[in-house]
Amino acid sequence: MTEKLQEETDKRRKATIFVISGDLEKLFAAFSIAIGAATCNIEVKMFFTFWGLRALKKNVHTGESLFARMLGILESGDINKANPGKYKFLGLGRWMFKKMVKEKNVTGLAELRQLAINLGVELYSCDTTMEVMEIPKEKLIDKVADPVGVGWLIEQSLQSDFIYSL
Amino acid sequence: MEEDIKIDLELDLRGLRCPLPMVRVSENITLVPVGGIVRAVTTDVGSLADITSWANTTGNEIVKKERVGKEIVFLIKRRR
Repeated sequence: MTEKLQEETDKRRKATIFVISGDLEKLFAAFSIAIGAATCNIEVKMFFTFWGLRALKKNVHTGESLFARMLGILESGDINKANPGKYKFLGLGRWMFKKMVKEKNVTGLAELRQLAINLGVELYSCDTTMEVMEIPKEKLIDKVADPVGVGWLIEQSLQSDFIYSL
Repeated sequence: MEEDIKIDLELDLRGLRCPLPMVRVSENITLVPVGGIVRAVTTDVGSLADITSWANTTGNEIVKKERVGKEIVFLIKRRR
């Protein structure tokens, strides 16, 4: 190995993964990329906003006001209730997809998230989305860091060697 | 020749799918000393590229990789 590469690998590289979608396939991709990067000794931070918050939610009801409660019902459930972006068919698509994933011995979404956490991937949530949708920190899984905003995201992005957006 | 290389650790990763083969190699490489050899067997076709890229990225070395039927056999040297 050249000295240059040695030097580069000594300085830990960084990645930011921006997740705005709560679609099954995008969450699969987001966590797979995070795991791959973490495995390559890259420091990974994942930022979840809007529908992406599903990936961090506990399986609990959310929302206090009428609209937020309605949204909480429409978007009920945790990561296991993520629907594919296509062929939703009232949950049938999700059921079928999960079955296919399992039959092919591919790791499930919730397990991928846990693996990412175990590998040291850091999870961050968008404070404004949490405010608007009335999803307080207690309703997110314990491993999520304190809420952050766009200023934080910009700083992390500038420090990152690469960024993925899903 | 593979027979001449001392294997420090055997990893049976058959049946695992992306991203697990790479994750398991990464988790276990530190079990051998620097300079040590891990022999990993996978069946995931993507791992052929994945584990190679992992080695390139982390500064480890693929001493050998070959397809034996449906299996892919890697000899990976821990370099750091």
